[in-house]
Amino acid sequence: MKPASRSCAMVRAGDAELGLAPSGALWSAKDRVLVMADLHLEKGSSYAARGQLIPPYDTAATLERLEAEVAAFAPEQLIFLGDSFHDPLGPARLLAEYRDRLAKLARLCDLVWVAGNHDSEGLDGLPGRTCVEIASPDLIFRHAADPCSDLEGRVEVSGHYHPCAKVSSRGRGVRRRCFALDGNRLILPAFGAYTGGLNILDPAFAAVLRQPVQVFALGRDAVIALDPKALRPD
Amino acid sequence: MVMDELGGRDTSPNGARKLAALPPRFEAWFAGRGWRPRAHQLTMVQAAEAGEHALLIAPTGGGKTLAGFLPSLIALSQGERTQRLHTLYISPLKALGVDVHRNLEQPIAEMGLDIRVETRSGDTSAAKKDRQRRLPPDILITTPEQLALFCAWEGSAELFGGLSTVILDEIHVLSGNKRGDLLSLGLARLQALSPKLRRVGLSATVADPPGLLGWLTPRGRGGRLILGEPGAPPVIEVLRSRHPTPWSGFTARHAMVEVYEAIAAARTALVFVNTRFQAELAFQMLWEVNGDNLPIALHHGSLAPEQRRKVEAAVARGELRAVVCTSTLDLGIDWGGVDLVVQLAAPKGSARLIQRIGRANHRLDQASRALLTPAHRFEVLECEAARAAVLAGELDDARPRSGALDMLAQHMMGRACASPFDPAEFYDEVASAGPYQGLPRSDFDRVLDFVASGGYALKAYDRFHRIVRDRAGLYRARTAEIVRRHRMNVGAIVDTPMLNIRMGVRRGGTWTAGRKLGEMEESFVEHLSAGDSFLFAGKVLTLQGVAGTDALVTPAPPGVEAKLPSWGGSKFAISTSLAKRVRNMIADRTVWSDFPEDVQAWLQVQAQRSLIPAEDEMLVEIFPQARKTYLVAYPFDGRHCHAALCQLLARRLERLGRAPLGFVANDFGLAVWTFAPLDGLDLNALFEEDMLGDDLDTWLAESFMMKRAFRTCAVLSGLIEQRRPGGARSGREITFSTDLIYDTLRRHQSDHLLLDCAQRETLGDTLDIDRLGRLLKRIQGRIRLRRLDRVSPFAAPVLMEIGREPILGAAEDAILRENAADLVRDAMRLDPITP
Repeated sequence: MKPASRSCAMVRAGDAELGLAPSGALWSAKDRVLVMADLHLEKGSSYAARGQLIPPYDTAATLERLEAEVAAFAPEQLIFLGDSFHDPLGPARLLAEYRDRLAKLARLCDLVWVAGNHDSEGLDGLPGRTCVEIASPDLIFRHAADPCSDLEGRVEVSGHYHPCAKVSSRGRGVRRRCFALDGNRLILPAFGAYTGGLNILDPAFAAVLRQPVQVFALGRDAVIALDPKALRPD
Repeated sequence: MVMDELGGRDTSPNGARKLAALPPRFEAWFAGRGWRPRAHQLTMVQAAEAGEHALLIAPTGGGKTLAGFLPSLIALSQGERTQRLHTLYISPLKALGVDVHRNLEQPIAEMGLDIRVETRSGDTSAAKKDRQRRLPPDILITTPEQLALFCAWEGSAELFGGLSTVILDEIHVLSGNKRGDLLSLGLARLQALSPKLRRVGLSATVADPPGLLGWLTPRGRGGRLILGEPGAPPVIEVLRSRHPTPWSGFTARHAMVEVYEAIAAARTALVFVNTRFQAELAFQMLWEVNGDNLPIALHHGSLAPEQRRKVEAAVARGELRAVVCTSTLDLGIDWGGVDLVVQLAAPKGSARLIQRIGRANHRLDQASRALLTPAHRFEVLECEAARAAVLAGELDDARPRSGALDMLAQHMMGRACASPFDPAEFYDEVASAGPYQGLPRSDFDRVLDFVASGGYALKAYDRFHRIVRDRAGLYRARTAEIVRRHRMNVGAIVDTPMLNIRMGVRRGGTWTAGRKLGEMEESFVEHLSAGDSFLFAGKVLTLQGVAGTDALVTPAPPGVEAKLPSWGGSKFAISTSLAKRVRNMIADRTVWSDFPEDVQAWLQVQAQRSLIPAEDEMLVEIFPQARKTYLVAYPFDGRHCHAALCQLLARRLERLGRAPLGFVANDFGLAVWTFAPLDGLDLNALFEEDMLGDDLDTWLAESFMMKRAFRTCAVLSGLIEQRRPGGARSGREITFSTDLIYDTLRRHQSDHLLLDCAQRETLGDTLDIDRLGRLLKRIQGRIRLRRLDRVSPFAAPVLMEIGREPILGAAEDAILRENAADLVRDAMRLDPITP
């Protein structure tokens, strides 16, 4: 095992054995597939275009973490679960330097861009292929969980909701991004540097996940399974 | 301002009439009320005739506000008027402005003057605001926030072009903070629009009058300082309880019956406490002993505004016997009926105490009465120190502060919204504003770059600049949308994330929100679980759950005890000058006999078992207690300073391999503890000043304080919008995103303007790092170490702070009490005398 994967929490879902990384990425060792949700690249410039000049370093920060994960896992395929850009004009604003870094990644592994709701208009000129969803024998990858769909025994892996979990003790609340798993649906936390989160107790999750839901919070160096009774609303 | 206050029976010994004569109409008005103008009122008129800026410091009840307006009333009555605004009056509180307006109408009506006065605040209707712009009144009464809005308005040059006078009331509250920074920039703007403008400041309590005059006047030059005659000295008593003085705590529960007796003996009392939670608790405790069912009410900043207004009106009508309140009533409308001020727990600063005492007996010739109630034995000393300081007229040290750059950024954006500006001219204007005098041009340019482009090393936003330079070299706002959004976010106040406290109504198995009781910091509610009970608005409430931004509560069943959370407001730290007085009182045994007997005994046992340090010394005690070794130091320099020192000491001990387990601080001392004995420590090295270097930086960067300060700076500088078209963002949404921005910025551009702003704010305002620096310098070479075999009388109260978790359930409370008893027994046990 590569060093970074040592800190993955291993979970069994359906027939698949999946590694949940502290970065928020998902690692399927069997297929050598690395998955990330909701990069929201160019969120900074999206705000800037509307008059709020928040620091332009989010794309760099996200790419850095992305490159570190690729270096650690050496995947054959890298899947982005949609909302890879914050808005449809994001790819056009991407600096040449960042474009080159994506091209470099594409030489190391296959890039698959699943379409999201923020970036459904395609990713002209970026390396890799785009799709609405993609499936392996055990897994199906799409942007948003679809509770009506027939999984045909597979495990659905999605993003979109930016799940976060909050716990508190000794008078202090801690809120972290988290994975949420209900047995055959797994929702990934958002990977992007400026992405906020939705509390896992929000009714939106009850609409797509069945109880009991397992919650895995992203710690600094490890993924921590939380006691469902300890979860707090915001 | 009750009418009594407007003029006065002439008591001036030096014969005010020599100074100047008022126009006959004004003389007649004073005479008709049986008054003569006071000397300082006439001097104010004189200063106005000479065209001088003026700072008037006069005690409460001295006709100060009228003195401020008198020159304008005279000028307007003599026909000096244009179709534009003549006088702008700015007060820190909306309510104060309304009151001043009402009281000003009286002399205007009685003298038959043709002068139009109007008020303007955030609550003023859009139609009225619009009319005020088109047809300005002669005198406009408003707040600093409204001035900031005016400064960002394209009609400001027209409106203020003929402004003659700007009056700043309660100027000590309006200066010395970020709100003051923004106001000072607004004053500079007004001066540029109306070069002959006269600035007038009014205050009753000013620590450093020349310093404040320098803040008020352009480039700190000129201006006249006018002092009113002092009023009768206050009568201040430190309560001596029949019960033992507590070792620690903040409630003063032991003295509640005596406080109640004092209330019963007075006409109307204001009972001041330092935090909202203390207010809730004191209110509860007073009602527990309220055998006569006296009307006692509660007033603090978290209660719903309607409820606060109700209480204020009831006091004004003389229907209440006491109001338990926080600093929300430090300022504000004057109530003639209040004849006693009670301070529960030490006031922490003499200026605050003077301000509060001034709320009683608003008449110059009658003494105000105050009763100080210490909550524990160190506070007995502190209350005595505060009493002595007030009687000696000594106010807390004023700390000069330089203007915050985030406020300059906001003002600069506003400047561009009003009209295109030339950077060199604007720099001159800014550098004339009190706290921005001496601002380097390089800092100004850095702010300019920030406002325009965000100030990033990575130039990614060239197309999105907020202000752009035109061919004439002038900066202007790039789009109308940017202007509109800036105007929505003007001000120096950042909302803390708050939740509404609402009565929960159960409908078909789910809770829905009912009547609103008030607001509470989200961080407090975070500490509670559904089913927990807490005190709010004078009631014990049970939390049922949180829905969105509402915390839903129900009245707790009878007999349920509220949990004791430490919430609400900042805890004040003891001021430098009071701390020095306390050190002196401890060192000077001749004054001990003034203290209650148990406090004397406590000091004597400390002298016998350990040591009483001299005024310029710091005592350090090291002793074993309950299988741990404690190091307790007594700098007497306030809790903020001590808390920072604890952090830094713990880091240093960690590096020395001493493995500190924990630390605790209060206003008087601090403790750090370890498992292993603390032998062979070089204390002078341990308390060396150089700890304010790298250790401080590393600690700060990760700290919650810095993130909170960054959030404030990000909002105030306009990086993050607090309000957006289509509804306000709640404070909670802001918190999350600024933390992300903070982390990203720290990694990618650690020298960014806003990180500097946040650091300055944390070091200066939150931690008071200058004070820590002075403390370390003061004690170098003057540390007295005592090694003891057990806890000392001084150490016991410090150690009792340990484990004061935010929430003390009944069980933890009991544990704490048992431990406290042990500590006291050990601390006060005298060793057998060996021959």
